[in-house]
Amino acid sequence: MDIHEYQAKEILSSFGVTIPRGGIVYSPETAENKAREIGGSKWVVKAQIHSGARGKAGGIIVCNSPLEVAQATDKLLGKKLVTNQTGPEGKIVNRIYIEEATDIEKELYLGLVFDRSSESIMVVASTEGGMSVEEISKEKPETIIRSKIEVAVGIQNFQARELAFGLGIDQELIRRASDTIIGCAKAFSELDATMVEVNPLVISKQKQILALDCKMSFDNNAMFRRNKVSELRDKTQEDEKEVFASDRGLNYVSLEGNIGNIINGAGLAMASMDMIKLAGGQPANFLDVGGGATPDKIVKAFRLITMDEKVKVILVNIFAGINRCDWVAEGIVQALDKIEVKVPLVIRLAGTNVEKGNEILKNSNINYIAADTLEEAANKAVKALKG
Amino acid sequence: MAVIIDKNSKILIQGFTGKMGSFHADEMIKYGTNVVGGVTPGKGGQKHLDRPVFNTVKDAVKHTGADASILFVPPAFAADSAMEAADAGIKTCVAIVDGIPSHDMIRIKRYMRRYSRTQKMTLVGPNCAGIISPNKCMLGIMPGHIYKEGRVGIISRSGTLGYEAAQQLKNIGIGISTSVGIGGDPINGSSFRDIIEKFETDNETDVVLMIGEIGGPQEVAAGQFAKENMKKPVIAYIAGLTAPKGRVMGHAGAIVSAYGESAIEKVEILKECGVTISKNPSVMGDTVKTVLGKIK
Repeated sequence: MDIHEYQAKEILSSFGVTIPRGGIVYSPETAENKAREIGGSKWVVKAQIHSGARGKAGGIIVCNSPLEVAQATDKLLGKKLVTNQTGPEGKIVNRIYIEEATDIEKELYLGLVFDRSSESIMVVASTEGGMSVEEISKEKPETIIRSKIEVAVGIQNFQARELAFGLGIDQELIRRASDTIIGCAKAFSELDATMVEVNPLVISKQKQILALDCKMSFDNNAMFRRNKVSELRDKTQEDEKEVFASDRGLNYVSLEGNIGNIINGAGLAMASMDMIKLAGGQPANFLDVGGGATPDKIVKAFRLITMDEKVKVILVNIFAGINRCDWVAEGIVQALDKIEVKVPLVIRLAGTNVEKGNEILKNSNINYIAADTLEEAANKAVKALKG
Repeated sequence: MAVIIDKNSKILIQGFTGKMGSFHADEMIKYGTNVVGGVTPGKGGQKHLDRPVFNTVKDAVKHTGADASILFVPPAFAADSAMEAADAGIKTCVAIVDGIPSHDMIRIKRYMRRYSRTQKMTLVGPNCAGIISPNKCMLGIMPGHIYKEGRVGIISRSGTLGYEAAQQLKNIGIGISTSVGIGGDPINGSSFRDIIEKFETDNETDVVLMIGEIGGPQEVAAGQFAKENMKKPVIAYIAGLTAPKGRVMGHAGAIVSAYGESAIEKVEILKECGVTISKNPSVMGDTVKTVLGKIK
C-alpha cells in the first residue's frame, strides 16, 4: 500500500526526521491562510498523488506570496496529473501540500528497501539526490553506498554514522544525519513498511538536514496489525476496478489489451496471459480469483470483468484441485444467470472431476466456446476476437 | 527414500481442529499420508479425526515422534507456529497460509539460525501448495490424483501452475518423484536453490522442472547453482512475459523491481546457465519429455 508524501512526512517526523514546515489543504480558500500560518516568504505548492516525478508533470509550483499559493492550489486541485509512473490516464489531485521553501545547499538520496537476496533491510544512500534511484544506479553507480540492517537488533548507531560520513556530510551535522537515518530505519521496522525513500534529503543553507520529499509503501499482509497506517489508504489514487477487486478478495491488475481473464492462481494467471500474447492477442487484465475459485468469487470476477469496456472476449481458465470442476462449473452457471455477458466466452476447465464440470456447462443454457488445454483456450480466445 | 518427506514421515497438523486444518488433514489421510496427530492450543487431550490433539508441538513430538508438520493457522499467528515447530525438533514444516507479513518471515528465518545445519528445520512456503511424493506422502493441499509416480522433480512458486505441469506430465505418461511448492511470497522458507540442491542428491529423481515467475533473484540463483554443481538436467518455465514492471501480480513476490527480475531476463540468464527453457506453459510436459529422451 502506498501513501501520500505528506502522510509519509508526518510519520517520519514522529520518528525524529526533520521536515520543512507545511500543511495540507483541500481548497484554494484555505490555502492562502495556510501559507500565512506556515510563515516565511516563499512556498512550494505540491500536488499529492501516488507517483513520483510530479515536478516534471507540473505538479509542484513555487510561489512568492500567499495569493500565488491560492492560485497554484486552484490550478492543481481536481486536475489529473500524468507522470511517467501513472500511465496515460493519470492520477487525480484532491489534496495539496503547502510547504515553506528550502534554501538547498546539497541534495542527497536515502532509501530503505527489502533486499530479497540477503533477506534483510537494506539502506541505500547516495550523494546524488534529486534523481531517481534507477537513474543514480545507471549514471553514478559509484556514489551508491549500502548498509544491511540486522533485523533481530535493528540499525546500529555506527551503521548510521558510517552512512553519514560516507555521504561526505560535515562533522557538525553527522549527529543529525545519523538520527535521520535511524528514524527512517525504525519507521520501516516498526510499521511493516516495504519501502521508505527520502529523495532528496537536503542540507539547507541554514545547515539543517531536511527530508524534502518522502515516500513510503507498506506490506498489505501486515495491515491487520497496522490500523493507523491502513487508514491512510487513498482509494482515489487507485484504479477503480482494482479497488473493487481488492475489496472483494480478488487479485486484479488492469492492463491495456482486450481479452479479459478469469483464472485461479497467480502463476497460472500470468501463464495464461503469456499464452494469449503468444497466440497474438493482448490481455485486458490479470485476475486471480484464488486457488479455491469458489462460486462466490467467480460471480464477483464476472461482475468485475464485465465492468471493463475494453474487454471484447472473456477467457476463463480454472485448474480445480480440492474445489472440483463440477462445483466450479456450477459457479460459472450461477454467475452467468446473474450477469449478462455480451462478448464471446471461452472456458477451459482442468483437474478434479473435469468431465462432470464440462457436462454441467454443456447442459446449461450458457453460450460459450469450450477448450481443453491452455494453448487451445488462448487460441480460441484470440480467434473469437477476430470474429 | 523420497526427497524431504516419505511414507514413514510422521505428520503433525498445526491448526488441526480448524475448518481448513480438518478438511485438508482428512484429504491427506485419505491419500495415505501418515498423519499422527495435531496441535491446537487449548484443545489438548481431545481426539480429532481419530487422532490425538496436543496443546504444544513439543508435547505432540514427545508422544507421537512427529518429524514433519503443516501449518493451517491464520497469518497473524503463523510465524509463532513455525518457530514453535522449529524449536520442538520438527524437521520439515510446510506453511500453506497466504498473507504472512514479510517482516515476520525475516524474523522466522533469523530465529532458525540458532540451529546447526543438521538440526535446522526445512521450512517450505508460505503461500504454497505444499509437497507431494506421489503414492508415498502428501503434505499439502494439492489434488493428489493428478500426480503420477515417477522420476521428475518439480519446484514451483505457483500452486495451480504446478498442477498444470503435473497434469501435462501425467497425460504423456511421465511421473513425478516429488513436487515442491515453494510459494509466491517475496521472502520464503526454502528457495529454488535450496530444493534443487536436494533433488541433485536424490536417487529417485532424474531431471528437475523449475516453474518460476517474475520478481526476485531466486530463479537465477538456482540456475547458477545448477551450472556450477549439478549433473542432472534442469528445465524451467518462467511465467509473466506480459507482466508490467513495478506491479504486483497476485503473488506478493511477483513484482519486477530490478535487473534480472523480469521473465525475459530470467529466461536469458537461465539459458546461459545451461537450463532448458519451456517456451510456454503449455509445453512444460513436452519439454521435460524431450530432455528425458536425451539422457536415456
